[in-house]
Amino acid sequence: MSSNRVSLTLDSTLETVNNAEETAGRMAAEAGFDDEEIMKISMAVREAAVNAVLHGNAYDPNKKVMLAFERNDKDLVIVIRDQGKGLDAGKIPDPLAPENLLKTSGRGIFLIRSFMDVVEIHPSQTGTELKMIKHVRGNADSKEAPQ
Amino acid sequence: MTMKSSTRQVDGVTIVDLSGRITLGEGSIVLRDTVRDLLSKGQKKILLNLGDVNYIDSSGIGELVSAFTTAKNQGGELKLLNLTKKVHDLLQITKLYTVFDVKDDEASAIKAFGK
Repeated sequence: MSSNRVSLTLDSTLETVNNAEETAGRMAAEAGFDDEEIMKISMAVREAAVNAVLHGNAYDPNKKVMLAFERNDKDLVIVIRDQGKGLDAGKIPDPLAPENLLKTSGRGIFLIRSFMDVVEIHPSQTGTELKMIKHVRGNADSKEAPQ
Repeated sequence: MTMKSSTRQVDGVTIVDLSGRITLGEGSIVLRDTVRDLLSKGQKKILLNLGDVNYIDSSGIGELVSAFTTAKNQGGELKLLNLTKKVHDLLQITKLYTVFDVKDDEASAIKAFGK
């Protein structure tokens, strides 16, 4: 089993959002995902980074965003953590409800859940940790095939 | 790639040709400013050509919704033209595909605007 880990500590800026997206795309490509899956993973990470920078840290220059990627034969695991007040996922309105369809925000977590296989939100008083997992289906199968 | 925007007039309809990414920050602001500028000039039939928009995030989706409702609230009409597969899929999963009037042919899109 191989493993690859990348950890970044980033400022609460728009550049961080773009950086997170680009890094996610690179990690997903290295993990062997196809173009469509790479787009989904990088977009999920972009949305998570937007949440961390805007809603979590509120662009506070004293607060950081921690982003970690871990790749093994089965999964790409991505964790992003902010230093905000803690996201209450239960209070996020359903963006697909008719009364919310024309709202101009509130789709980020929905898109993350749509694009990733596992999404866990762990809020605390010192910030929110969002863990996202994408299973490496094709890669895991091919590596386990007999020689 | 940041977003670029240019406008042209065809039979009383303002076609906004957009290219690049509609994302949080510059891309969303360009779209917002363009639509608001058109509406302030009384150009209320707006066709957003998204044929060269290769990426859109949730902020960009929100900006499209905002453009749509702002135009409607001012007595205007805003339609979408030439969605790429990525944008089409995003509007499908967010259930916005049926909210927007989406066209894939410029000539018929222009005819679809009210007189």
